[in-house]
Amino acid sequence: MNRLLHVNGLRLETAGKTVLHDVSFTIGRGEIFALVGESGSGKSLTSLAIMRLLPQAVRVTGGEIVLEDVPLFRLTEAQMQKVRGKRISMIFQEPMSALNPVMTIGEQVAEALRLHFDLEESEVRRRVVALFEEVALPNASARYSWYPHQLSGGQKQRVMIAMALACEPDLLIADEPTTALDVTVQAQVLELLKKICQNRELSILFITHDLTVVSQMADRIAVMKEGHIVETADTAHFFSAPSHPYTQRLLRDALGITPKPKEHRDETLLEVEDLKVHFRVKKGLFKRATESVKAVDGVSLKIARGTTLALVGESGSGKSTLAQAILSLVPVTKGHIHYRGHDITRLSEKERKPYRQKMQVIFQDPFSALDPRMRIGEIIKEGMESLEAGPRNKAQQRACIETLLQRVELDPSYIDRYPHELSGGQRQRIGIARALAVDPELIICDEPTSALDVSVRAQILALLKRLQQETGVSYLFITHDLSIVPAIADSVAVMQAGRVVEAGETERVLLSPTHPYTRTLLAAAPKLPIFHTKEKP
Amino acid sequence: MTLHLLLTDILVWVLVLLFVLLGWRMGRSVQIRRTWHRIFRSKVAMASAVILLFYILFALLDSVHFRVDNANEKNALREGEIVSLLDLGMLHRKHYSERTYSAPFALREYTKSTVVDEQGRARQRYLPLCYVKDGDYIRQSVLGAGLGLLIALGFILVHWVWRRKREEETVLPWLSAYITFALLFMLFGCMYVMSFSYHVLGTDKVGGDVLYASLKSIRTGVLIGTLTTLVTLPLAVVLGVSAGYFRGWVDDVIQYLYTTLSSIPGVLLIAAGVLTMQVVMDQYADWFASTLERSDLRLLFLIVILGVTSWTSLCRMVRAETLRIAKMDYVTAARAFGVGKMRIMLRHIVPNLMHIILISVALDFSGLVLAEAVLSYVGVGVDPTMYSWGNMINQARLEMAREPMVWWSLFASFIFMFILVLAANLFSDRVQHVLDPRNVS
Amino acid sequence: MFAYIIRRVLYAIPILIGVNLITFMLFFMLNSPDDMARAQLGAKQTTPAMITAWKAEKGYDKPLFYNEKALGIEKVTDTLFVQESLKLFAFDFGRSDANRDIGREIRERMGPSLSIALPTFLIALVTNISLALLLVLFRGSMLDLSMMVAAVMIMSVSGLFYIILGQVLFSKLWHWVPISGYAHGWEGVKFILLPVFIGVFAGLGSGVRWYRAIFLEQINQDYVRTARAKGLSEIRVLFTHVLRNGMLPILTGVVVIIPSLFMGSLIMESFFGIPGLGSYTIDAINAQDFAIVKAMVFLGSVLYIVGLILTDISYTLFDPRVTL
Repeated sequence: MNRLLHVNGLRLETAGKTVLHDVSFTIGRGEIFALVGESGSGKSLTSLAIMRLLPQAVRVTGGEIVLEDVPLFRLTEAQMQKVRGKRISMIFQEPMSALNPVMTIGEQVAEALRLHFDLEESEVRRRVVALFEEVALPNASARYSWYPHQLSGGQKQRVMIAMALACEPDLLIADEPTTALDVTVQAQVLELLKKICQNRELSILFITHDLTVVSQMADRIAVMKEGHIVETADTAHFFSAPSHPYTQRLLRDALGITPKPKEHRDETLLEVEDLKVHFRVKKGLFKRATESVKAVDGVSLKIARGTTLALVGESGSGKSTLAQAILSLVPVTKGHIHYRGHDITRLSEKERKPYRQKMQVIFQDPFSALDPRMRIGEIIKEGMESLEAGPRNKAQQRACIETLLQRVELDPSYIDRYPHELSGGQRQRIGIARALAVDPELIICDEPTSALDVSVRAQILALLKRLQQETGVSYLFITHDLSIVPAIADSVAVMQAGRVVEAGETERVLLSPTHPYTRTLLAAAPKLPIFHTKEKP
Repeated sequence: MTLHLLLTDILVWVLVLLFVLLGWRMGRSVQIRRTWHRIFRSKVAMASAVILLFYILFALLDSVHFRVDNANEKNALREGEIVSLLDLGMLHRKHYSERTYSAPFALREYTKSTVVDEQGRARQRYLPLCYVKDGDYIRQSVLGAGLGLLIALGFILVHWVWRRKREEETVLPWLSAYITFALLFMLFGCMYVMSFSYHVLGTDKVGGDVLYASLKSIRTGVLIGTLTTLVTLPLAVVLGVSAGYFRGWVDDVIQYLYTTLSSIPGVLLIAAGVLTMQVVMDQYADWFASTLERSDLRLLFLIVILGVTSWTSLCRMVRAETLRIAKMDYVTAARAFGVGKMRIMLRHIVPNLMHIILISVALDFSGLVLAEAVLSYVGVGVDPTMYSWGNMINQARLEMAREPMVWWSLFASFIFMFILVLAANLFSDRVQHVLDPRNVS
Repeated sequence: MFAYIIRRVLYAIPILIGVNLITFMLFFMLNSPDDMARAQLGAKQTTPAMITAWKAEKGYDKPLFYNEKALGIEKVTDTLFVQESLKLFAFDFGRSDANRDIGREIRERMGPSLSIALPTFLIALVTNISLALLLVLFRGSMLDLSMMVAAVMIMSVSGLFYIILGQVLFSKLWHWVPISGYAHGWEGVKFILLPVFIGVFAGLGSGVRWYRAIFLEQINQDYVRTARAKGLSEIRVLFTHVLRNGMLPILTGVVVIIPSLFMGSLIMESFFGIPGLGSYTIDAINAQDFAIVKAMVFLGSVLYIVGLILTDISYTLFDPRVTL
């Protein structure tokens, strides 16, 4: 194999702490090399070190990076600028913020071309349009003078790729390029990258936390943990026989564990009937004329006691709005919500209080879900006090909260800590404990695992399942990630543009989907090779 | 003598009490204590805080007033006169004023006067000053500085022992605080001891001691800088939070209110307010027992007017931040628990606004001290009889045009103002640096 | 776009009514029609009858806000407040105590005000932005650090000191420029040099800090990292990407004050004897000439609102994301 990039014993330090320990790997020509790790493992720092774009606080204390036979650390800054964009280029995770918002996308690509080649203006434009066509941006020549905000997330990422390819680099560093995208878009972008790699004989350093993506993309894989590379292997070998215990655990966690045993109960807890939530947008000269955005447009659902309904959909499909409507946090435009047969759609805040206790919620972002100014104990106590649930006596209350913390597998001493002292997974457990504190019958979980690392995700899912077995609580589990559905849900509803397009038992929907959108979603969802074989009946 | 607090005195002490209460309440929270620790971990912040405290100390000393019950020949106190603690300490410069200008440390007047000598001829001569003693400069300054150092060391020792006793493991740069503290005491000790023999910073047009005027001006500056926030904060926070949380028509009304207010040029609005106040005060001239009380009430009105005209920008920021916080999941969680609106605002929104409020208070302080000077110059500031840096500069403007120049009033007000504003700016920089969430990473 | 501007202009009307209400209440507390009559007729020998006659003649005999005697809509419109407001909306400012036409005075004095305010504004803008860019380019260096310390120092001195010191140094001691005064045309240049220089210098500290903070915030954005990854040099990153994105927050702060430049600067003009609107205002305040102060309040508010509208329009020009 023809060697393109060689990283040898790279060591990075920040504030006296070593964050990267002797990292070494080699990328061959035309190869897709994946660097896999959880957040904070040092994979992004490695990529920035290759580009020599490390933040000022981070210092290189050892090792070298050689591109073909050029040692990058020995170049002057001016020489390095000729390497960036020309020989190594990079695409980033957030297409929303990675493009300059006040420059047309054509100009942004053209800027790179002008910088590295001496071209005529017409030739620059021709090449930009050609690049846009190569990354399958529709209507390429008209898009030249568009601004980033006029494009969708996937299209922006295509522009980023076009920009990165503009100067025909030898190496493309893709730092979590699809993490911020919807599943169907992710599949398209990955497909595109793979095709380009083959057509151009480009090498790609693919950085991701997602093993399923890796299994589809990479030729070789390196796993990083806390600044070390713990294992490097060919993809096929990696998935069939991982050698390092961390890798084995990572794989196991990513697999989605065992499917949930079926629960069959007839007692309906919550029934949503033709629910509509429309938001008005004011328009016109006097802002009188209104136009409505139909966030939820006629949804009917049923959740039985002690079961889990997974609500699957891509961003903007209205699944979170539906959750808020059920919790009566946004006004309902039309339709009904029944709880144990009682219509709770339009109640006064006072009449609603008993139902508030029955229905609770867990959020996606563990960082904004907890008030940073309150101690954990106060956070959990707030609901108990407001809904007058649990013991009244101070000492008993404290004991009760400590028990709750133990139930979500946290140390009771956390009661006096502040949220910022905890990790993302721990915060998510606090969120669960807060919901459990008032003894609810239904918990709405709004993407509770999508902001978490794979291993933490598996733990939280296991915890949710255990709690369901113990307490018989029902879940409305909102997610965009089909791969975790079999592990948690008894039934599934698929949402698209404010409507439920398909609903039914998990097995039925996942194995023999009837609606074309469900099929697209299933086809787009990346799967691990093993998962694939196991799931087939 | 009996205690006789002016209106502003009472407000100042209320503010002090509020701060102590707030400090005590917030001190119980580990998180807030840690934030303050981070603020004070900077040497500059520590030193500026000591300087600010020194100014505040003078303002507080000048905010305890007494009424003199019976005249005292020895101290030249008149009956019915109202004096502050600071005045009592500076009596030797309060009542014994010269005839006219004299330079710092001078023994005679700055300009020649016509005197008729024994022969009956009119001659131009420099007249000697009445209330100075020629002495040994060096001995006195060393004595003063030494005295100041001794007292400072005493305080420092007490504090150090107290720290040792609490066995607090701190990383705070106490040394820089101690050094600033000692230097300030030495400087003041030096000036104070010499003020018994000389006019350390000269005298003004009517022979008043400039050092005394500068020290008295501290209270005016500090009061305007601090008490104004007492007016702005409640307005800005209550209105801003309601606008951001309730939205709808409440938001519309409040936005209308602050857009209207902020569209009127600030100085003109203040001028209009002050002119109105003057008319009212002229109509009810018999309200005031003394010019001191009159000028005090004018100061209070000025503070209120400044507050009413300057809450808008903070209100806008509070509203924007409230809009952001109200979308946070923890607020949604509280709503899902059926927590009332009032409670959500008090428990979740206001505490998370604290950084904006603190930054704005710190930033506004120096701006207000500077604004006082400009307003007094325009003629809509404090009462012309009141000691203030603005009035001193106003005077100095004409003095600089004299030949030879009378520079010391301007110099004194410059130095006193500059040190205060610089310390306030440096401190607010640090507060902003630590509290601004964008600087966390 | 057109509809938007119309909407904003219409929105300005209630704000101006509010401004009028505030000034009306303040000034009629100060100077009621009775006071005006007394002042005009001579304070000594005025009888109530003479005052009533004077008020009737001038139209000041109407009630303030609500006319019970009138019919229908006139109950509200036939009042002093509406009458006075309508005059202001027609930019009819009436006459000052010295019996001069205020509107004409304002037109005459706008020129001198602008001749100080405009150069100060432009030079300050260019200086502050270039210095800020320089500091951002060398961020964290000794240059950056020492300039920041200097900026805090400059900020901590009252503007009055700069003026007095400038006059003493440049005029009194060195005789470079006249101490104060004004002339039209090229003759006048020597008079505006010092006020402009002082104006620029006094604003340097806060200005540079503000722009530097704006640029520093941009420099940590993702798109700047993208630009660097393209191989752009730091200088080109600053000028093509950071500066253009930084323009947006700068516009918000800067455009709004452009119309208000007409109002001039109170302090500058009175120190340097410039016959502009600033010194006009200050004289009026000192002479307690309420008609002038009222006119200036109204004018200032109108200009501020125009500034707000201009800000929004300039946003659509610079920020492609904003469409009206």
